[in-house]
Amino acid sequence: MPLFDSLYNFAHWLTQNREEAEDIVQETYLKALKGFGSFQLGTNFRAWIYRILRNSFLTSRSGLRVSRTVPLETEEEEPIVVAALETPESILLERATQDRVQTAIKDLPVNFREVLLLCDVEEMSYQEAAETISVPIGTVMSRLSRARKALRQALEEQVEGAKHGER
Amino acid sequence: MESDNWQTKIDQYVDAELSTEDMRAMEAHLRGCASCAAVALRHTRLKHVTKMAGKRYFANSEFRRRVQQQISVNRRPARRWGWIPSVALAVAVILVATLSFNILSQRSRSQQLLTELADLHVTNLASSNPVEVVSSDRHTVKPWFQGKLPFTFDLPELEGTPFSLLGGRLTYLDHAPGAHLIYNVRSHHISVFIFQEQPDFDRTLQSGTLRAKMLSFNEESWSAGGLRYFVFGDASPEYIQQLSGLLKRAASPKTS
Repeated sequence: MPLFDSLYNFAHWLTQNREEAEDIVQETYLKALKGFGSFQLGTNFRAWIYRILRNSFLTSRSGLRVSRTVPLETEEEEPIVVAALETPESILLERATQDRVQTAIKDLPVNFREVLLLCDVEEMSYQEAAETISVPIGTVMSRLSRARKALRQALEEQVEGAKHGER
Repeated sequence: MESDNWQTKIDQYVDAELSTEDMRAMEAHLRGCASCAAVALRHTRLKHVTKMAGKRYFANSEFRRRVQQQISVNRRPARRWGWIPSVALAVAVILVATLSFNILSQRSRSQQLLTELADLHVTNLASSNPVEVVSSDRHTVKPWFQGKLPFTFDLPELEGTPFSLLGGRLTYLDHAPGAHLIYNVRSHHISVFIFQEQPDFDRTLQSGTLRAKMLSFNEESWSAGGLRYFVFGDASPEYIQQLSGLLKRAASPKTS
């Protein structure tokens, strides 16, 4: 089953729960099979099936829980964040372990996390990511920029914490 | 344009989402602006570590089997002729998905390789010691790798060419050791990476010569004599091809 591993990885990141991720992936394949008539040949298959998965997530237990706390669909475009210059912390951040990066990604709000995963892990273009989550490209860019800023800050805080712990 | 304005576009630059014209303008700016270059390097590193860390969860084989079974149950006919559209649909899904997956996974692996090379190129040039053996003499640089690499290679004579050799260092790609040589041409630095050929390289990059553009770097790669060569840099495609040609001729078997 093509894209199976990528879809499962994305679902697990969204739900943070193995069983729910499995339910969502299973539901996605069934919906894709039943609704293949709605897929327009020549358009992006990957964005289409990821959109089905994301919609399944939004109606799942954890998706509903998240939508009560995070505004998923109504978000104005915000200006792109300019990153701070190189600091000793940011150099240490480059050496952050995989575990730390994973923790930082997990702690991101879900609307930032999903854009970061689609653009950086699945390597979707802004256009593809916009089609997947049904928002304008500007919103993808704004969320991605803020997600990366939040990730950098979280990693810097972890490095700071580790430094204090060593003292 | 002020530095802040450039910095708002760095994410788009790193994501290869700028137009060709803006890409060129950004590259020209990065060459002259140390603070923006540092931010671009940092963003590239963050994107890379995110990608590595993001591939975290794997479905178990039991679950995969369950989904496969579920799909096949749903494909069973409900009416005498009802199976025709379902099967056609399923075949179409599998066909489109398989094609997309093959293209995307190959492109993704190839992108990953090129990204890692871009990282090696940029990180080494930005470091205070870009080369471990400093010499413009190929007869000094090549022997330096003896005992450090499980293979050897030939370097071209550069007299009468616009290129000069700055030196080399040991590097790693996918845990395999290789040579990283740095050449200079008209103030541009070009990295030449040489690794032992791996089935994965061959499958991903094809055995012929590959010419590509990655984060606006020009790149050429080919396989010869059991070795995989990558020539990588911000010099023009013509210089990249010219240096590649010299390396290919140096590596080809000599006839007496």
